[in-house]
Amino acid sequence: MLTVIIDYDSGNLHSAEKAFQRMAAETNAGDVIVSTKPEDVSRADRLVLPGDGAFPACRQQLSDHRGIYEALEEAVITQGRPFMGICVGMQMLATVSHEYQDTDGFDWIKGHVRKITPADPTLKVPHMGWNDLVIDSDHPVLDGVKTGDHAYFVHSYHFVVDNPDERLAHCDYAGDITAIVGRDNMIGMQFHPEKSQAAGLRMIANFLTWTP
Amino acid sequence: MLKTRIIPCLDVAEGRTVKGVNFVDLIDAGDPVEQARAYDAAGADELCFLDIKATHENRGTMYDLATRTAEQCFMPLTIGGGVRSPEDVRDLLLAGADKVSFNSAAVADPDVIARSADRFGSQCIVVAIDAKTIGHDADGNPNKWGIFTHGGRKPALDKDGNPIDAVEFAKLMEQKGAGEILLTSMDRDGTRAGFNLPLTRAISDAVHVPVIASGGVGNLDHLVEGVTEGGASAVLAASIFHFGDYTIREAKEHMAAAGIPMRLT
Repeated sequence: MLTVIIDYDSGNLHSAEKAFQRMAAETNAGDVIVSTKPEDVSRADRLVLPGDGAFPACRQQLSDHRGIYEALEEAVITQGRPFMGICVGMQMLATVSHEYQDTDGFDWIKGHVRKITPADPTLKVPHMGWNDLVIDSDHPVLDGVKTGDHAYFVHSYHFVVDNPDERLAHCDYAGDITAIVGRDNMIGMQFHPEKSQAAGLRMIANFLTWTP
Repeated sequence: MLKTRIIPCLDVAEGRTVKGVNFVDLIDAGDPVEQARAYDAAGADELCFLDIKATHENRGTMYDLATRTAEQCFMPLTIGGGVRSPEDVRDLLLAGADKVSFNSAAVADPDVIARSADRFGSQCIVVAIDAKTIGHDADGNPNKWGIFTHGGRKPALDKDGNPIDAVEFAKLMEQKGAGEILLTSMDRDGTRAGFNLPLTRAISDAVHVPVIASGGVGNLDHLVEGVTEGGASAVLAASIFHFGDYTIREAKEHMAAAGIPMRLT
């Protein structure tokens, strides 16, 4: 079994790599590698798309890595392999992002990436720190994770999905912030599971053993 | 609901912590990675390493520390001290830091923040502002704060030789792309007399990004005041935790009892 964390120069993958490797060892889920190569994406049994920074820059970086998106689409959409997006890697699933400018996402989960606008104007943006999850829908990747568990967020935009069934969890910040999206063989997390201590590691372990 | 964060800060020189940590189960009390692991287990919300003797020659030890910490602690890590350029940010992020903190370099060249935020995103760019009270109103209340650099030793002056106003500078940093302000009350640092609350409140009210209050914590009520009176989103402390005066858990319970939302799990 091989899990590939896709590296397209979008930020620090060191802790993600270590967190997935540790949980893969604990769950006998095989090897975890970080790679920039489309051929590694094609042979992976599971795929993780991270992403830090601004959406347009991340989308451009991904396009600049020729063949990566095509290999990813083949693996996830055609072959149905388990996929996890993290932070901007999760937002990439959307139809379009409105960060700075309109930028097309993959359109794998219908919806828009919009600026966080808390109803309480004294609340700070970015939404940075630990917030408690409200689980909207049970999911194998959320096994052992419950409403009230905390995750570490750092973002100014969030993914507003068209189909409410595809929002699996949210948190409250004077209004709902989408925390987890998913359908079929794909799941996306706005927070950083690799930075969310025990609850985050649990979700990573669940993903590594998930058979959608 | 978003929780208020408690961030222990480790002062590091040449790969070793300057202040020892009074945790019973540490094999090597001067090893920052061991301390980081202890704080991770204790429920700290983030960690901060400050390289207090940052020079070009000893840069490698900080990268190594970041890497070893990120391998073992699955929580956010900020690194500051001697950060001068987007290249420094890149090297620290690749080594394992989640956020990188600028200080003197941002005062000397505010555009370094824009260049770094454009490239890596505001979420990982922290500006550490060291400030002191330098003026009072007619009633004697503090109403003007100046910036200091080089570990608080040097007052920062604008091109006309006037002190740089801390509130205006914080707004400028936000405008340039800083994702967070780490505000240290230099007239309180090391005194254990509590944060400079009017300063903290003035900066928190002036910017939309989160403000971390630092400098002067001597007891748990000081942490509470930093949030309730200072308006901080997070509190940073060193001595009260390192010396074992209070545990992270005690601090969180005390703040929660005062009505502040805390992560107690």
